[in-house]
Amino acid sequence: MTPSIFEQVRGIASDILGVQSDKITAESSPETMENWDSIQHLNLVLAIEEKFGVQLAPEEMEQMKNVGLVAALVEKKLSSVSR
Amino acid sequence: MSSEHSSSNLRAEVDRLITEGAFDFAAQRLAELWRRDPGLAGAPSIISRLDQLGEKLPLTKIKVAILRSFTVEPIVPLVRCEAFSYGIDLAVHVGDFNAYVQEILDASSSLYRFAPDVVVLAVRTAEVAPDLWHKFADLAPGAAQQAAARVVHSYEQWIAAFRERSQAALIIHSLEQLRIPSFGVMDGQSESGQCGLLRQINRELRRIAAGYLGVYVLDYDALVARHGREHWHDERRWLTTRLPIATDHLLHMSREWMRFALPLSGRVAKALVVDLDNTLWGGVIGEDGMTGIRVGPEYPGAGYQALQRTLLDLSRKGILLAVCSKNNVADAMEALDKHPGMLVRSKDFAAIRINWTDKSQNLREIAQELNIGVDSLAFVDDNRFEREQVRAALPEVTVIDLPENPLDYAAAVRDCPVFERLILSAEDQQRTAMYAGQKARAGAEQSFQSKEDFFRYLEQEAEIAPVSDLTLARVAQLTQKTNQFNVTTRRYTEQQIAEMAARPEWHVLSIKVRDRFGDHGLVGVAIAHDQGEQCEVDTFLMSCRVIGRTVETALLSHLAETAAARGRKQLIGWFLPTKKNAPARDFYAEHGFQRQESNGDGSRWSLDLGRAQVRCPEWIKLELSDHELNDRKLTKGGRN
Repeated sequence: MTPSIFEQVRGIASDILGVQSDKITAESSPETMENWDSIQHLNLVLAIEEKFGVQLAPEEMEQMKNVGLVAALVEKKLSSVSR
Repeated sequence: MSSEHSSSNLRAEVDRLITEGAFDFAAQRLAELWRRDPGLAGAPSIISRLDQLGEKLPLTKIKVAILRSFTVEPIVPLVRCEAFSYGIDLAVHVGDFNAYVQEILDASSSLYRFAPDVVVLAVRTAEVAPDLWHKFADLAPGAAQQAAARVVHSYEQWIAAFRERSQAALIIHSLEQLRIPSFGVMDGQSESGQCGLLRQINRELRRIAAGYLGVYVLDYDALVARHGREHWHDERRWLTTRLPIATDHLLHMSREWMRFALPLSGRVAKALVVDLDNTLWGGVIGEDGMTGIRVGPEYPGAGYQALQRTLLDLSRKGILLAVCSKNNVADAMEALDKHPGMLVRSKDFAAIRINWTDKSQNLREIAQELNIGVDSLAFVDDNRFEREQVRAALPEVTVIDLPENPLDYAAAVRDCPVFERLILSAEDQQRTAMYAGQKARAGAEQSFQSKEDFFRYLEQEAEIAPVSDLTLARVAQLTQKTNQFNVTTRRYTEQQIAEMAARPEWHVLSIKVRDRFGDHGLVGVAIAHDQGEQCEVDTFLMSCRVIGRTVETALLSHLAETAAARGRKQLIGWFLPTKKNAPARDFYAEHGFQRQESNGDGSRWSLDLGRAQVRCPEWIKLELSDHELNDRKLTKGGRN
């Protein structure tokens, strides 16, 4: 079974931020997680681009305010790409 | 995705192995995890496990400082993982953003406090030569030339200042070219145009670097070109985060750094073992025969010829070649020596194993025959099963995965960083011929009654000399590569050797050996320093080529004699055991040294120079030479 986009994003965030997956929710954000600084945000963006084969514009990077929004953005990008 | 799934299984396995204390296996699985899915998403979980394993693994440690004019942070985990997959524990220090000039000039900066082994100067044309990059069109011809001269002058100053403050290797990114120059195609009509001036700066940079030991140029422009200038950059990412390199190419940047880190840390392959059927030629010689196998200048044989050309290039660089093939000997040898499309012949291979035994066993024997460690072997085979068998049985071998298309085989081998070298000694270029002499010697040895008779027959001549301009590279290389007959296994750069040689109380000696079968070249190094009544051996090593030929006794006798002549009372030496240096374990005991003390690191031996002496074996004719190291090789000056 393929894990959902949210599950995959949560897995990536867990690795990048060094926090256990089950401690991350859709609401987890730079405000609630102290590791999530600007460098880690960039690392998260790059890992997402690599993993899902998408490109994120500066405006989209700014929309990634919590894990749920990141997953929603990825879903939107993937559905706009012809599959 | 199935790879997703197996990756998470593999991770769980690594964690289980770590808990069980099976660190070596955990490290193998961890390296496999990286090989399967190298990249930004996977790197952090590998790093966190690596940090747990850290000290428990026999990794080569090196400290790399990156001075930069752009964001490099996301590349750091990638380069650490790449290094780990080659057995290196890489500690990284990243300099402050655009602070590289202060960091180089200030002797108390965080750069020098970090005490790096390797420093990368990763700066871009746009920052180093802003006038030429952005405003070339506004500059009068003379002003453009002056701007270029100023850039060259800056490099000169930075490198000189760096060398005064650090012995670390310095790797400088060359300047990259523009996608389209300010004046378009007109720029291509003159060598003093925008691109021409950037080329001129790069040429000058190489000239300056060549004047120093341990200063190297990373051809950044060629790297960008190789991956495609249109795709390498991400302008939006640069403008928002100061990361100029597109996501897909960050891994390529880290791998380019590894091409320098591997030869600098001595983690290199000394021999490449190749399969024959469907690797060196297309088809199976035992079934398709001489007329059926494919190798030649046309499709599809050209791919195999390109691989053979690559092998020849490696062999000119001092990397030994060997064959390991499941075949009938007569069939395979006929193809090797008679097929008109072949570029390599059996004489180009230092060892040949054509049989039906499993390949890992053959690789062990090849390593033994060539007198190198199994971890100095690389292996290439089109057959996945064979590769996995070797990986499982001999995880220390570098196994090269071949792509599906034979036209891509040559590139897969050329891309492999374990074949990189930064310097080429005379020994490297003649290595294959030397091994041919070795085979003749081994044949002769069996026909003698006693070892002594054989030694007399060999007619060995040895020349001992202080390290000189001509031998410095080879001496440093031997300290970096010699694992077996090496009492302390201390690794030194050319720069460090030069500094030691410059001190009056230090003695850096090399020994060259030839015999009736040929010239072995420079095969041994001894470094000693006087301290009060004692002379202490810092380094004593012999290339595996001459182990068991009593050459070590000749060198030690000279060391003892000269120490006594300088008035020293004792010759002292440490033996520091490693996994590999058992051949040197009894060296001091066999030459009359007494054990003084032992600690966790090793044992300390002493020879009373007043009472005992070491005699040079009568069958070795010894010559002494006294060319000193020329001053211009020392820390500050350039070569010219």
